[in-house]
Amino acid sequence: MQKTPNDTQPIIEARGVTKTFDGIEAVSGLNLTVPPGICFGLLGPNGAGKTTTLRMLYGVSEPSQGQIKIFGMDVGRNTRAVRARLGVTLQDNVMMENMSSRDNLFIHGRHHLIGEALLAQRVAELLEFLEIGADADKKVLKLSGGFKRRLSIAMSLINAPELLILDEPTTGLDPAVRHALWSKIRGLKGDGKTILLTTHYMDEAERLCDQVMIINGGKAIRQGAPRQLIEDELYPNALEFDCSSEEEQRLLEGASELVKLRTGTRLMVFAKDTEQILTRLQKLDGGNRRAAIQRPANLEDVFLAVTGTHLEDG
Amino acid sequence: MSLSARHTLSVWRRNASLYRRTWKVNLLPNFFEPVFYLTAIGIGVGAYITEMGGVSYVEFLVPGLICVSAMHGASFEVTYNVYVRLMYEKSYSVIVTTPVSPDDILIGEVLWAITRASIYGGGFFIVAGVFGLIPGVSALLAVLVIPLTGLMFASIGIAVTLRMPRIELFSFYFTLFLTPLFLFSSIFFPIDERLSGVWLNVAEVLPLLHPVRLTRAAFAGEATMTSVWDASYIIVLSLGLLFWAKGTMRKRLSS
Repeated sequence: MQKTPNDTQPIIEARGVTKTFDGIEAVSGLNLTVPPGICFGLLGPNGAGKTTTLRMLYGVSEPSQGQIKIFGMDVGRNTRAVRARLGVTLQDNVMMENMSSRDNLFIHGRHHLIGEALLAQRVAELLEFLEIGADADKKVLKLSGGFKRRLSIAMSLINAPELLILDEPTTGLDPAVRHALWSKIRGLKGDGKTILLTTHYMDEAERLCDQVMIINGGKAIRQGAPRQLIEDELYPNALEFDCSSEEEQRLLEGASELVKLRTGTRLMVFAKDTEQILTRLQKLDGGNRRAAIQRPANLEDVFLAVTGTHLEDG
Repeated sequence: MSLSARHTLSVWRRNASLYRRTWKVNLLPNFFEPVFYLTAIGIGVGAYITEMGGVSYVEFLVPGLICVSAMHGASFEVTYNVYVRLMYEKSYSVIVTTPVSPDDILIGEVLWAITRASIYGGGFFIVAGVFGLIPGVSALLAVLVIPLTGLMFASIGIAVTLRMPRIELFSFYFTLFLTPLFLFSSIFFPIDERLSGVWLNVAEVLPLLHPVRLTRAAFAGEATMTSVWDASYIIVLSLGLLFWAKGTMRKRLSS
C-alpha cells in the first residue's frame, strides 16, 4: 500500500473485468482508468451493466475475471482499506426512515469508526453543505425525494472520501433539485475529489463529466471527453424535424458530409452547416410550415447513435 | 473480509440507536407479559394444582417462562426485523459500502438479538423477583442462561431467515416450530414424567429443553452432568449454525 499520494497513479484501474451471472455476461472485458481529480461518467441504457460495474469497484461483487485496483490496491484483498477512502451513493435512498437526518449521518459515520468528536463536526459540516440543516431533526420519512437524495449523498461523504461513487444521482428529481445537486457535485470536484457517476441522462453527463464511457450490453463502446465524442461521431450542428422516408430522400438527395439518425417519424440530420438543409425543407414545404429545430449536436445524439438507433452515413 | 470487533459493534449500535427511540413502547409489553402469565396460569391454574416438581405450580413455571421470553426476544429480532432490513429496507446494501463486512453484519445482528433476549428474559426475571418467586442466590446463575438462550435462538432464526423465500412463511416458523417447543420443553409440566420412549429423545434433540433445564438447575442450586450437556448443546448448535449462516450472508450480500 502506498502511503504518499502519487499524482500519476490512477484512482481506479480496472483491467479486463468480466462479470457472469448464471452464464450470462453482465459486464464483459471492461477496461477503465480514472485519474485523480476528474469526474468520470459511466453512461448506458438501463441494464447496460453500470450498477454491476460499480458494485465490483467497491468490492461488493467479485469479478468473474479481471483485476480491479482502487488507490493502487487490489479491491478484493484490501476491501476495508479501500472502502475507508471511498463513498458510495446507491441508486435507491437507503436510510433509516424512522430516524432523523442527523441520526442517519451519525450511524453511517460509526460504520467508518469515526471518533465521536470528529463525527459531530463532519455531521454539522455536511448538514450545512447540503443545506439540510433546517430539517436535520425531522424523521426522514417526512422529507421530500430531493431532500432524501441530498441526505444519501451526505451519508456517502461522511468519511471525507477521496473517491465518490454516485449511482444515478439525480434520477427522478425535479429540474430545480437536479441543478442544485449538479452544483454540489461540481463543488466536490473543485475540492479535489475524484467522482465516478453513472447516469442515463446525457445532459447530466455533458454538464458534469470530464470523461465518459458509454457502455451497452456490458461492453464499453465509446470513451472520451463529451465534446470530443460529439466531434468524432457527429457533426457540430443538428436539424431535427418530422418527415417521411420519401421526403427524406428528396431532401437529402446529393447532399454529402452529413449523418442522419431516425427514430420513428423524427429525423435528425447532423452537418457542419444545417442552414442549407433547412432552406431545402422550406422549399419543399413551400414556406416555413414545418416545425424544425436547429441546435448544436449533444451527447444524447452520440448516445442514440452508438447504442442502437439506426445510424447511416449520408 | 473476516470479522472485526469494532465494525461489528457499529452494527449493534445502529440497532440500539433505533431501539432507544422507541424503548418505552418496546419495553412495557416485556413487563406485562410475564405478569399476565404468572397471574393467570400460576395463580389461576395453580390453585387446582398443589405442587409440581416439588414446588408450587407458579414457582415451577418461572424458570421455563424466563427462557421462553428470551427465545421470543431473539426470534422476533432475527426473523421479521432482519428480513425487513435484508429485503425491504435494503439496509445492508448501504452498510457494505463502508468498511463493515457481511460477517460483521451477521454477528452484529446476533449480538443485538442477544441484547433483546436479555431485555425480555431479564424483565421476566425481575418481575418474578418482585413476586417473590426467585428462590435463592444460586438462581442468579440463571441470568447467564438468558443470553445463551438468546444466542441459540438468534443463530437458529438467522440461519432460517437467510434462506426464507417469503416473509409470510415466518408464521410457520412460529406456529410449527417455536410454539411446540414452548409447549413440550418441560415448561408447563415435567416431560420426563409424562412422555416416554422416543418422544423423550425427540425433546432432547430440540433446542428449548436445554436452557429450561439449565435454568431449573440454577433455581434448584444443583448442577449435574446434564447441565454440562445442556450448555454444550447450546454452544455447539449456535456456533455450527452461525458458521453455516456466514457463508449464506456473504452470498446474499455479494453476488
